[in-house]
Amino acid sequence: MNLTLHAVRVGVSRGWTEFRLSLRSPEDLTFYLVWGLGVLVYVYLNRNTELEGTTLTFPVLALPGLLAAMVIFGAVVGPAFALVIEREDGTLLRAKAAPRGTIGYVTGQVVLQSLGVLPMLLILLVPSFFLFEDLMHRGATGWLALAGFLLLGLVAGIPLGMVIGSLARKPSHVSTWGLFPVLGMAAISGIFTPLSALWGWVQGIAQVLPMYWLGVGMRWAFLPDEAAVLEVGGRWRVVEALVVLGAWAAVGLLVAPVVLRRMARRESGSLVEARREERMQRIG
Amino acid sequence: MTDDREDRPVIDVQDLRMRYRTTDVLTGVDLQVRRGEVVTLLGPNGAGKTTTIEILEGFRARSGGRVEVLGVDPAAAGEDWRARIGIVLQSWRDHGRWRVRELLDHLGRYYLPYAEPGRQRPRPTDELMALVGLTDHAQQKISTLSGGQRRRLDVAIGIVGRPELLFLDEPTAGFDPEARREFHDIVHSLVDLEDTTILLTTHDLDEAEKLADRILILAGGRIVADGSADALAQAAAGRSEVRWTLDGQRFVHAAQDATAFTRELFAQHGEGIRDLEVRRTTLEESYMALVTRHEHPDQGEDTPAQERPVETGRTRR
Repeated sequence: MNLTLHAVRVGVSRGWTEFRLSLRSPEDLTFYLVWGLGVLVYVYLNRNTELEGTTLTFPVLALPGLLAAMVIFGAVVGPAFALVIEREDGTLLRAKAAPRGTIGYVTGQVVLQSLGVLPMLLILLVPSFFLFEDLMHRGATGWLALAGFLLLGLVAGIPLGMVIGSLARKPSHVSTWGLFPVLGMAAISGIFTPLSALWGWVQGIAQVLPMYWLGVGMRWAFLPDEAAVLEVGGRWRVVEALVVLGAWAAVGLLVAPVVLRRMARRESGSLVEARREERMQRIG
Repeated sequence: MTDDREDRPVIDVQDLRMRYRTTDVLTGVDLQVRRGEVVTLLGPNGAGKTTTIEILEGFRARSGGRVEVLGVDPAAAGEDWRARIGIVLQSWRDHGRWRVRELLDHLGRYYLPYAEPGRQRPRPTDELMALVGLTDHAQQKISTLSGGQRRRLDVAIGIVGRPELLFLDEPTAGFDPEARREFHDIVHSLVDLEDTTILLTTHDLDEAEKLADRILILAGGRIVADGSADALAQAAAGRSEVRWTLDGQRFVHAAQDATAFTRELFAQHGEGIRDLEVRRTTLEESYMALVTRHEHPDQGEDTPAQERPVETGRTRR
């Protein structure tokens, strides 16, 4: 157990190093800036739109949901791509060759992907507080709730992303089974339009998925009580949000270790070599 | 360290079998490696070298046979066992953003709780970089290293945990001659200084001859020869080539006993013999002879010899 703990510690510092390196990497910074600024511009252009039935403007109403979408997106797609790419380039095999290195590797991924949502969060939140008035209505409780839901969203999303990354055999599979479903989820989860504007069966699907419920939690954290009229049933379903997100987290935490172990067990030098050759042929 | 550990072979394999779907890759490999030995597994492409080494590394499940590495079955070995072995992987582009020192520090930390008396783990990063000649590149981003430097980093990572047993799968593929010589020096110093046992695969005969105490030739799914380079050369072909000219005509003869043959030659023709040349069979020739015989048994000359490996004396440097 002591030895496992040591590997976890090595993994935590690995995650921190990777995060530090990603902040210095032009590609990662460009990604954060383009997406973050894109969302900000979209919200800013709609800054004077008031939503029916409330006195609140679009930015105030939409920002919590956008944060939720971003967190789930990062938590699922981030580790999924990382896992499939780092399996292909041999990073995972290196970890596997070290004693309890797989534990360290997975810990590193969890830390990296969790920290990885922070830059985007800051890029969205900090300018928003200068650009838009009255963003946070619930004060200290709201901030605490934001932190809590953020964590819950990560715990619900990261294992799911790791399962997708483990099952995918090449990066294009992650697009098919990770990226597009998550983008689809964003389209139907009441992020850009209220859920009630969608067909009934689509509403049904959305209410099984984690993104909608993280959105509910985030909106509750930020918005005044009057905004509840825009929610399904006209009330804040915070307990339901906790239950659904908790269920995703529980299932993920049960399934992910099994899938990860199975995937890691198969890794070997010749497998990495074979994938490398296949990739060389794909590229040209 | 117990006596038990000293006496038992570091690698002990009996009747190892591997079958992929309907193809038999290994059909009964027997091999033993003792502590401090450098053993080279030589064989044509597709002979099962990598499969064998991956089974020993615990990275691949076998179809049958008994395997013990450091006294443990790799298929069931735990992570404590992993701390005692080192694997030199062929890196491609992993950890490209990391710096050399950063990565060696990080990977070394995994080994910290596994130090043993007389075996400090991990190996200090400075010592490690000096050993493989990467000291000047400590702060360099790994993606900017040259191919040769990357391979040295691979070796460094393989030995960061000060392994008792080191696996190298075609370690010098893509090396220029200078890098290759430097790599050979590293291997020799590991063996001399730390009693590391080394199993490497290669298809470079010259490298096998330079590095190994013992060469195992894997062909047709089994070990077909086991011995030092010299012993293999003699045993496989068993003959020397004698060339001479007599009355302006060239002659070639494959002689079992070259000395006796030339004595006879001079006795018969005396002064008439010119341009005498006696050549021992090279490792390459004996290797080719062995591989051909075992990969294509139907083309072999003498049937009985196909069935069993060539037995030769085992010599140690």
